[in-house]
Amino acid sequence: MSLKKVSLMFFSSVALLAVLLTACGTPATPPPTQAPQPTEAQPTEAPTPTQAPAKQQVEVFSWWTAGGEAEGLAAMVKVFQAKYPDIEFVNAAVAGGAGTNARAVLATRLQANNPPDSWQGHAGQELIGTYVKANQLQPLNDLYESEGWLQVMPETLIPLISEGGKIYSVPVNIHRANVLWYNPKILADNGIAVPTTIDEWFAAMDKLKAAGVTPLAMGEQWTAMHLFETILLGTLGVEKYNGLWNGTTDWGSPEVKQALENYKKALSYTNADAASLAWQDAAQLVVDGDAAFNVMGDWAEGFFRSLGKTPKVDYGWAPVPGTVGVFQFLSDSFVLPVNPPHPEAALAWLKVAGSKEGQEAFNPIKGSICARTDCDKSLFGEYLQSAMDDWAKDIVVGSLTHGVVANDSWKTEINNALGIFLADLNVDNFQSALVAACKSSGPCQ
Amino acid sequence: MSRWFKHLDFAAMALVAPSLLAVMVFVYGFIVWTMRVSFSQWKGLIPDYTWVGLKNYLELFSDPRFHVDIRNTVIFTVVFVGGSLVLGLLLAILLDQNLPGEDFFRNLFIFPMAISFIVTGVVWRWLMNPATGSRISGLNQLFDLLGLDFLINRWHTTPIWGIAAIALAAIWQMSGYTMALYLAGLRAISEELREAARVDGASEFQIYRYVVLPMLAPVTLSAVIILGHISLKVFDLIIAVAGKQLPLDVPAIYMWQITFDGYFFGRGAAIAILLLLVVSLLVIPYIRYTLTHKAEI
Repeated sequence: MSLKKVSLMFFSSVALLAVLLTACGTPATPPPTQAPQPTEAQPTEAPTPTQAPAKQQVEVFSWWTAGGEAEGLAAMVKVFQAKYPDIEFVNAAVAGGAGTNARAVLATRLQANNPPDSWQGHAGQELIGTYVKANQLQPLNDLYESEGWLQVMPETLIPLISEGGKIYSVPVNIHRANVLWYNPKILADNGIAVPTTIDEWFAAMDKLKAAGVTPLAMGEQWTAMHLFETILLGTLGVEKYNGLWNGTTDWGSPEVKQALENYKKALSYTNADAASLAWQDAAQLVVDGDAAFNVMGDWAEGFFRSLGKTPKVDYGWAPVPGTVGVFQFLSDSFVLPVNPPHPEAALAWLKVAGSKEGQEAFNPIKGSICARTDCDKSLFGEYLQSAMDDWAKDIVVGSLTHGVVANDSWKTEINNALGIFLADLNVDNFQSALVAACKSSGPCQ
Repeated sequence: MSRWFKHLDFAAMALVAPSLLAVMVFVYGFIVWTMRVSFSQWKGLIPDYTWVGLKNYLELFSDPRFHVDIRNTVIFTVVFVGGSLVLGLLLAILLDQNLPGEDFFRNLFIFPMAISFIVTGVVWRWLMNPATGSRISGLNQLFDLLGLDFLINRWHTTPIWGIAAIALAAIWQMSGYTMALYLAGLRAISEELREAARVDGASEFQIYRYVVLPMLAPVTLSAVIILGHISLKVFDLIIAVAGKQLPLDVPAIYMWQITFDGYFFGRGAAIAILLLLVVSLLVIPYIRYTLTHKAEI
C-alpha cells in the first residue's frame, strides 16, 4: 500500500464518518418538517421562532396537478381555509394521469409507515382491494352519521365504498367514463349524425377517414384502456359487462371476442401519434378541429372550459355508442388512514370534502357532478346539468381504468395484455391473456 | 508521524467500520432481502414471504411483456453503446488534430453530460414529435422545411425499432463523455510512436489502424462497461420521452410498474435480481481485469 493510497483511505473514511455521525445525530432533535407538539416544544434547542403558536397541518395526497383538476382542488382548499384558518393545507399532489405515479409514491409511503393525513382514491376495488385489505384505512361510519351524509349521498354509491358494512371513504364527486366527445362542425360538414350504436359509429368513422379527417383521437396507453372498457360495455351490454368483474361472464366467450374485434377496429381509426399524447393533447385534437371523436371521461369538459371553448359549439357529447342509458361511473374519494399524523386536521379535511360548500366549490370547476344529491344545479354548466340528469335515471356500472370494478393487480395484468395487443393486434393472444389475468388476480377459478 | 502509523491499522479499522456497516446493511443486506422477496409470493400491500422457489422467474421468462423488454434492451444497448463509441472516437480524433478552438468544442461536446436524463428526455420528446400534417413539429418540421421529406418518421412510436430513437437521445447525451475518455487515451499515446510509424512509411490511416486504435483498446473497454451498465438500467430517459408504454418497455420500467401499480412485489423483486445479475456479468470481470492490471503497473 503506497502512502498516497493510505492517506486517501484515511481521509475518505473521515469524510464518511462525519456524514454518518451527522446522520445519526439528527433524530435527537425533532425533524423540522413535522409540526412540533406543544408539550415537547423546547425553546432551548434552537433560536427558531418556537414562541409562535404551533400551526396544525393537514397533508392531502392527490394526483390533481393540471387543468380543471388542480383549479377545482384550489377552490375546495379555499373553502377549507375559510372554515379552518388555523390549519395549514399541505398539497402533496403527484403528477400523472389517473394517478399512476401518485399510487407508486403512496405505496412506498405506506410501506414506510409514513401516511399522509388523507389521500385521494378511486371509490371501489382500488381502495377496497388494496388499502382496506391491508388494514390501512379507518371506517368512517361515525362521520357519515354526524354529518348526515347518508341522507344526501346516492344509495348506489355506498355499497361500492364499503366493505362489510363499513364505509371507508368520502366521495367528493362523480365522473362519467363513457362519454363520446365530438366536434359538431366536423360532423355537420360531413353530414354525420351523432352515432348511438357501434355499427353507426364505425360507418361514420369510415366516412370521416375517406374525407381525410382523423376519426378518433387517442392518447397514451391508459387512454387506450379507457376506450377499451367503453367498447367492452358497448358490445356486451350491462349484464354481461358486470359479469366480467364478478366472474359470471367468461372472458373466453365469443361475445368477448366480438368486443375485442370491435376494439381492434376502433383502434384502426385512431391518430398515428397516439403513444406520444397525454389525454389532454388527445382531447384537444377534437376542440381544435384536428379530430372528430374522442372517448374520455367527463373531466375533459373541465379541460375544454379552461381552454375557453364553448359547449355545443366547439364540442358536443353523447354516451359512447352502444352505451346509451348507461352511466359508467367513477368517483374520487378521500380516506382516513389508520394512523394519520394529524387526526383532527384530517377529519376537518374530510368534513369539507363531504360538505355541500366543498363539493359545490370543487365540482363545477373540475367538471364533475357532486356525490351529494343536494347540490345547486344552477352552479353547473350545460354539460354537467345533463350528467346530473343521467346520474339520476341511467343504469350505473363501474369503470375498469379508474379503479371501480377491478383491483390494482388485476388491472395491471389487463394493462400488460392491452399493451402487447396495441403492438401486435392479435385478438386471440389478447383474449387468452385476459382469461389468464382473471384467473390470476380476478374472481375466475 | 511514525507513532501515528503504528496505530494506523486500528484507526483504519475503526474509521472504516461505520461505513462498512452501512454498506453491509443498505446495499448487501437489501440485495439479500430483495432476493428473498423474489422467491416469495408477495402480492398486495401486506408482505407475504411464502416460499415459491423460482416461480416468479419462470413466469417472467414466459411473459410476453418481458420478451419485449429483452428485445428493447438489446436494441437499445447495441445502438446506444455502438453509436456513442463511434461518435465519441470520431470527435476525439477530430479534436486531437490541434485545431484552433479545441477548448470551445471540447466543452461544447461534453456539456450534454451535465444535463439529467429527464431534461434530455423532455427536450427530445419535443424534438421527436411524431405528429404529421398540420400538427407537424420538432425535427419532422425541420425536415419538412428543408425539403428532406424522406427523413420524416414516427421516431419512438415506430413499431419494434422505436426504442432506437430513444437511444439517439442517449447518444446525444453520452457521446461527449465517450469523447473525453478517448481524448485522454489519445493524449496518452506518445508522439514518438507515431513518428516511428511515419519513419517506417505508414500512412496516417495505417497509423490509426495499427498504432492508435490498438492502444485505445483499454479505453474502449472502460467506455463499454460504463455505457453498458447505464444502458441496462435505463429508466428515466424513456419515462421522460414516452411515459409507460409497452412498446418502449424495459426491465426497469416493468419492475417499477408491476411493483407499485400492481403490487406484485415478488415479480418486481425477481426483475430486480435479474437486472443485478446481468449488470454484474458486465462489471465484475471488468473490476477483476483492472485490479490485476493495475497491480502489474
